[in-house]
Amino acid sequence: MERPDPTATTARRRLPGWARGALWAVVAIGVLSTASYLTDMPILTSSDTSQTALRLGLPILLAALGGLWAERAGVMNIGLEGMMILGTWGSAWGAYYGGVWVGLAAGILFGLLGGLLHAVAVVTFNVNHIVSGVAINLLGLGVAKYLATLVFEPISGNPRESPSVEKFDTYSATFLSDWLGALEDEQRVVLSDVAGLLRGLVTHVSPLAMIALLLVPASYFILWRTRFGLRLRSCGESPVAAESLGVNVYLHKYIAVAASGGFAGMGGASLVLLQGGADYLENQVNGRGYIGLAAMIFGNYRPSGLLGGAALFGYADGLQLSGGGAAVLALCYGAVLLLAIIVVLQLIRRHWWAAAGGVAGAVVLYWIYWTSDELPSDLIPYTPHFVTIIVLAVAAQRLRVPKAIGKQYRRGEDS
Amino acid sequence: MINWRTALLPPALAIIFAMLLSSVALLISGANPLEAFATMGAQLFHGNTAVSTVNLAIVYYLAGLAAAIGFQMNVFNIGVEGQYRFAAVVAAIVGAWMELPPVLHVIAILVVAMFSGALYALLPALLKVYRGVSEVITTIMLNSIVFGIVAFLINPEQFGVLHGNNLSTAEIAPSGRIPGIPLGEAGTLFGFIVIAGALGYGYWFMLTRTRFGFELKASGESKTAAAAGGVSARKMTLAAMLLSGAVAGLVAMPELLGRDYVYAMTATQGYGFTGLAVALLGRNHPAGIAFGALLWAFLDRSAVSLESIGIPSEIATIMQGTIVLSVVVAYEIVRRADLAAEQRRVGRAGRNGQPAGVAEGGAV
Repeated sequence: MERPDPTATTARRRLPGWARGALWAVVAIGVLSTASYLTDMPILTSSDTSQTALRLGLPILLAALGGLWAERAGVMNIGLEGMMILGTWGSAWGAYYGGVWVGLAAGILFGLLGGLLHAVAVVTFNVNHIVSGVAINLLGLGVAKYLATLVFEPISGNPRESPSVEKFDTYSATFLSDWLGALEDEQRVVLSDVAGLLRGLVTHVSPLAMIALLLVPASYFILWRTRFGLRLRSCGESPVAAESLGVNVYLHKYIAVAASGGFAGMGGASLVLLQGGADYLENQVNGRGYIGLAAMIFGNYRPSGLLGGAALFGYADGLQLSGGGAAVLALCYGAVLLLAIIVVLQLIRRHWWAAAGGVAGAVVLYWIYWTSDELPSDLIPYTPHFVTIIVLAVAAQRLRVPKAIGKQYRRGEDS
Repeated sequence: MINWRTALLPPALAIIFAMLLSSVALLISGANPLEAFATMGAQLFHGNTAVSTVNLAIVYYLAGLAAAIGFQMNVFNIGVEGQYRFAAVVAAIVGAWMELPPVLHVIAILVVAMFSGALYALLPALLKVYRGVSEVITTIMLNSIVFGIVAFLINPEQFGVLHGNNLSTAEIAPSGRIPGIPLGEAGTLFGFIVIAGALGYGYWFMLTRTRFGFELKASGESKTAAAAGGVSARKMTLAAMLLSGAVAGLVAMPELLGRDYVYAMTATQGYGFTGLAVALLGRNHPAGIAFGALLWAFLDRSAVSLESIGIPSEIATIMQGTIVLSVVVAYEIVRRADLAAEQRRVGRAGRNGQPAGVAEGGAV
């Protein structure tokens, strides 16, 4: 979903988190419905789009959660990509022999193994976090390919693909879905847009999606509201201080990184086990681990933030898939509206330079929208990537990064 | 002074460990590890494998240098991949369009390539310096986007030419090519090896003999200390990123100007990621990087010959990943062992073999 720059709400810093989230959601829906009304592109807020967005956002959400756990404990995890690849293989293997739930468990297990390897290298042997991550990406790819040749080729006849596996059943809130569908078809301003977006989220939802969405508040609760979570986060802020208070830093880092791998593996499983997704397919992860990491950084290392980030990428991806170039152009138009709001806010707060930058961006985007009937079709699939860069460029300055992230730590040595 | 034991022991340990681990994988898949390793060794003496290994190593060497420049400044330029592909397609298009006398043509293409590589690194560099956006994320995004850009530029509606079923750029005229070094039966070595060697020397000279190199390394070690010495970390980050991008721009040039003369949709990818691994293996030292590049190219070529005796070629990928991980672990283990040995030595010295007492600063 489209979200405004976090700076836009600093004037209301005192607002509690849930209220800010709600405010953002309202702004996003307002901008989207205005854009879809003015550009005559109902697909911006159709239920198809939000349904695809949910499916495409899930792996990114899970990878981002994995990133959150590791980075909060002070371990950078570039290896999410490799762990996801391991997860895709594991889940296809498990699902072929034992059904979806076994597949999910196997996917998590394989990701977890990748995470443990990262933990051994980074925590025990003090290897540079990024180096180890890159190596795990290589290993994950190599091992998955190797195992696919060994196990899947005799069955499917193709080393790059698994035999088709069972997928998760989907459930719909039938009554609610029908009612929202009727509302969507009436094409009333705002009301139908909201109905369309909501309908996509309650129709054909898999249990995996529900679990993944529940894991966001669960992660928040564990990391911010329990003693264990406090200790884990203290390892990411100041391991020396944590150790001096009797926290077993190594153990907490191990648990965090292993959990991180488990989440990534689950993300891999969500690529394989959802309706409409492929079975195990070589290169199907295709950078989603990295995008998950970007979503987490965009979300300022917070569960609620990364949910927004994942929604944004899922939405951009779903939109370009179901709507193509015209829909992306309409999204440009929406971004212009959003920038206009931001510029007004910046002017009120007398941030002249920021406002000028916003105006420049808006002019460029509007120029693109006005002059082109169609975007180059080769570039459209990369909409989420462009959106990532733009959003990070606008949002990244207020990041609150865990203090000891990426630092090497050895018990008894001053860092 | 170079301590040979700490420099050479870890890579040797890592290679042995990787061989052991891949032996296990080979045994699981029912192949004979000894036969596999013998095939890998013997391939060097068949046909042109040795020369093509060196040719591939030249490419990896350039990618390794590009990554190493970033590492020196603590900038993780994972975007070598995107930068070299962007530079390759731009240089191929410009090179085919230009008409210049022989040597000038080559130089112009190389300059265009370095410039475009640096240009593609400029956005992440600016965002990192002025907006604090992690270069890792932006360059990864740009790595994906480059696929779209290449496809867009090679499209026949823009600059592409259709050869049979394969889309590519137009061909570069003979004046813009770099002649190879013919070695008779064994094949033809890329003439680019001379330029690669010169670049390696330039890299070494810059880092160890110039003020800029010193500032770069100092700033990478500690931003605050360097800032106290009057070195702007911002400027150094920008410089490292752009230099790294410029060298990355050259990565595809040996193949483009020495063998293919066109840049096609199907051109090999992944050199950039290899470059990172190679730079790590070589510990950012120009000679070490050359060694790493040769080893990596050798393993890549092995995949082909392993396939021919019915062993899954992914073994080579697994070995590569294992080597990277075990090399860094081995360096750490050897470093700790050296540290402990030195502490013992210092403790014994001057006290007739008695450890220092607590009052004299010894261990409790």
